[in-house]
Amino acid sequence: MFLGVLMIHVLTVSVFVGTAVMIDLRLLGRTMTHVPASQVIARLLPWSEAGFVVMVVTGTLLFYASPLARYENMFFRMKMAALVLALLNAWLFRRTAYRRVAEWDLDPVPPRRVRMTGAVSLALLATIITTGRMMAYSAYWFG
Amino acid sequence: MSVLEFCRTVQYSAPLVAMRASPWLFPVIATIHLMGLALIGGAVLVVDLRLLGLGLRNQPVAALAHDAERWLFRGLAVMVSTGLLLFMCFATKYYFLTFFWVKMAALILVVIFTLSVRRRIAMANDADVSPVRCKLVALVSLFLWTTVAVGGRYIGFP
Repeated sequence: MFLGVLMIHVLTVSVFVGTAVMIDLRLLGRTMTHVPASQVIARLLPWSEAGFVVMVVTGTLLFYASPLARYENMFFRMKMAALVLALLNAWLFRRTAYRRVAEWDLDPVPPRRVRMTGAVSLALLATIITTGRMMAYSAYWFG
Repeated sequence: MSVLEFCRTVQYSAPLVAMRASPWLFPVIATIHLMGLALIGGAVLVVDLRLLGLGLRNQPVAALAHDAERWLFRGLAVMVSTGLLLFMCFATKYYFLTFFWVKMAALILVVIFTLSVRRRIAMANDADVSPVRCKLVALVSLFLWTTVAVGGRYIGFP
């Protein structure tokens, strides 16, 4: 049962992070440069969000399998911090640069600020994957 | 030399012994392997969702497939190189796991399928291919990639 939930949690990385990465790469001007950025976001974000819901549901189940051990796990705390920062990054983007998306929508390479959002998002997603994987090795790193 | 003997030779060669002696090298490589999963997932989904009539459905498939292919290859390069290291670390264990061989078979199949059938369908003019065939190709691709991923998760379980 635990392993089944863990499997769904890990494999949904490909949906949640996968589609988010493609959006970030568009914001960086590294892929689908002929597609308006707003279209990439509008058409792929729902899939990323659906993946995110699965991640949160399975993640919550995994957390409650042993809540104290998870809470005390330093990598778990780092992962949650990175998750909050990633959401904050997306929220800030929505509140700022995305409001003026019409100005850079067709740019193959969006303005610097937008590229920063994509780069920060990629870094935080990598952090979430890394800390998530390292949770199994917390005892080694932090005694 | 049998396959099993080869696995044993690799696993107990000096570099792999050194790799196992490190408590963090295997987890770090497994982490990079996971990032490759995300990259392949994104590159595959953009095209397969489009073939299913979902996702970026206002865009021609060929253009998306062309753009995504570069990232698919990059993801594959990350996956295969880190995967080889992970395999060599415990080669004799994986040799006896059915899931490992299922995963390898599915991986070979999906790479061949992606480079032949899926590529031909995706790169064709949208009007020339029936939607049913597009959907079938996307489903086969998604099924094979899922088999690879599920197999990968299974061989990591204790």
